[in-house]
Amino acid sequence: MRHVISILMENEAGALSRVAGLFSARGYNIESLTVAPTDDATLSRLTLVTRGSDEIVEQIVKQLNKLIDVVKVMDLSQYSHIEREMMFVKVGVEKNSACEAVKRLSDIFRGNIIDVTDKTYTIELTGDSSKLDAFVNALKEFRILEVVRSGSMGIARGEAALRA
Amino acid sequence: MELTGAEIFVECLKEEGVETIFGYPGGAVLFIYDALYKQQDKINHILVRHEQGAVHAAEGYAKATNKPGVALVTSGPGATNAVTGIADAYMDSVPLVVFTGQVPRALIGNDAFQEVDIVGITRPCVKHNFLVTDVRELATTIKKAFYIASTGRPGPVLVDIPKDITVARCEFHYPKEITMRSYNPTYKGNKRQVRRAVDLMLEAKRPVLYTGGGVVLSGAAHELTEMTRELGFPITETLMGLGAYPSMDKQFIGMLGMHGTYEANHAMHKADLVIAIGARFDDRVTGNVDKFCPDARIIHIDIDPASISKNVHVDVPIVGDVKHVIIDLLEELRSRTERPDPAALAVWWNQINEWRKVNCMKYTQEPEGPIRAQYVIDKLWELTGGEAYVASDVGQHQMWAAQFYKFNKPNRWINSGGLGTMGFGLPAAMGVQLAYPDETVACITGDGSIQMCIQELATCLQYRLPIKVITLNNGYLGMVRQWQEFFYQKRYAMSTMDTQPDFVKLAEAYGHVGMRIENPADVEGALKEALAMKDRLVFMDFVTAQEGNVYPMVPAGAGHNEMILV
Repeated sequence: MRHVISILMENEAGALSRVAGLFSARGYNIESLTVAPTDDATLSRLTLVTRGSDEIVEQIVKQLNKLIDVVKVMDLSQYSHIEREMMFVKVGVEKNSACEAVKRLSDIFRGNIIDVTDKTYTIELTGDSSKLDAFVNALKEFRILEVVRSGSMGIARGEAALRA
Repeated sequence: MELTGAEIFVECLKEEGVETIFGYPGGAVLFIYDALYKQQDKINHILVRHEQGAVHAAEGYAKATNKPGVALVTSGPGATNAVTGIADAYMDSVPLVVFTGQVPRALIGNDAFQEVDIVGITRPCVKHNFLVTDVRELATTIKKAFYIASTGRPGPVLVDIPKDITVARCEFHYPKEITMRSYNPTYKGNKRQVRRAVDLMLEAKRPVLYTGGGVVLSGAAHELTEMTRELGFPITETLMGLGAYPSMDKQFIGMLGMHGTYEANHAMHKADLVIAIGARFDDRVTGNVDKFCPDARIIHIDIDPASISKNVHVDVPIVGDVKHVIIDLLEELRSRTERPDPAALAVWWNQINEWRKVNCMKYTQEPEGPIRAQYVIDKLWELTGGEAYVASDVGQHQMWAAQFYKFNKPNRWINSGGLGTMGFGLPAAMGVQLAYPDETVACITGDGSIQMCIQELATCLQYRLPIKVITLNNGYLGMVRQWQEFFYQKRYAMSTMDTQPDFVKLAEAYGHVGMRIENPADVEGALKEALAMKDRLVFMDFVTAQEGNVYPMVPAGAGHNEMILV
């Protein structure tokens, strides 16, 4: 089962390592992880995506709550929530036909071309992970030079909020 | 007035009321040792012979007093040698503050001499740890370390102090109070859950109290005893919980789990209500979880929410400090007019007494035969009236000590339960003896375990610690051999110790009294003689039956009702 876990934690050295350690110690892979300070600069908000049995993830969530650096934890998978991920894709466009086709695909996916050279286009795209997957897939016939994905970040819908 | 980091360190210990610390000096902590030297009348520093010993000694001190133990070691190997003790304290929830020296800040990450990332190494086995990066944060960090170590579910906290911080100066101010937004342990149990728990207690026909180390840590032995008597229920304890309820009382049905009693394990198996208090459903207790307490509803009282439903599904969880929760349970119980069903309890006790008749701990000491380890512990218990502090190492002797030394008081049984650390016993006994200089402190150990921290015999001489070391010497790593006998067709791979030192001469070389006891007839006399030597460490080498086994036993993966008896 896929779980999206949101964590509010002290913005301190070592905090991220403590969180990651709980997963690696159990042999659980972190699919994606994104972290940055919040409106309160002493706090960081982290979104982590993992796959695992509900029991083990529930246990990990309890252990996360136990970490001294962790202020609050929310398993977003248990709430109605929104997820977004950002991606940069650099594509080779040596042929004129490629320029047109890549531009068209980018428009269809509501991407922005943020850098252009005579040989490359770099596209910025935001959406949920499956939309990003679909875009990468659609670009397969072109020469993809680089893919950079931020990992998912998530927020619960409505009143539910993760606050200190 | 401005103080150096090293001076601040000493002032903080004084503020925390620390009287005794255990440690070993080295380059990174020289300024700290210099500051300690100047205040040696305030802080009693015990020089161990290996850093592992320092941490175990601090654990022994903490387990016997419920006050945080303190250890101080240098960077690099000093710090890594401390790791086993730190992991041990983590598993057994021992309040501990460990200070490690670190190379100067400018050298961190440079592969400097005696540098390790001890904060990184210990991250998975501490309650929390800190690297001090500014002398102005040193005092607050130490305050936090003691606060975190000794509140909630206790545990080890490590503070890594770079050498340049110990010479840097700042104004010293020790915070009186500390609050942390991300750390607020729950002490009071939820009222509604307390009422539900009492409802279940009053409905139960076949209840069992199953209590653990949390009762000892919470200082709740008195409250537990009161509640158990009020309820009239049978009570079993885990290895870590021994002594919280008086072992000689008729409601006590012995330890449970792998080497628990027949009656305790069968009672768990047949129970319709299990009341777990400060216990964590460890695999050595539950056996096969699929076969665990098949008919029981489970109440679980624990200060650590992560312990609830970790291994076994719990019906009524109560998160809170054991002592607070028991007081609330008693109050709720006394407010009710109903009482537990006496007829059902009588039937239940009859059944338990039938199980007791199996006499699962029976053994025979033949007058001419080899000394039975059980017999030595039996005699020690008799001669000390069950009042001694008993530190143990890990293995068969540990299980026999748990089975045959009947503890009547908490904090007297000092052993390494979760991590199972051979070498724990002797240094832990030092910590206990330093906390209670006038009490009898015994270290029950084996010929394997004792050699893992034997260098501490020198520490015992230096500080004149009159510990009674009781080595049950069977020439084997007994527990390993027992498993090889049962489960590996007697292929005794590397469990035989063909050459052993002459322990009598060894003890004498360290300046202690050594005794070798080979005949059953001499056991009692030797113990009496040793116990009478109030000012000497006596090392007793009991030559015991070579292939004795610990019975009864729930084999790994079996249910509580599938015990191997003698």
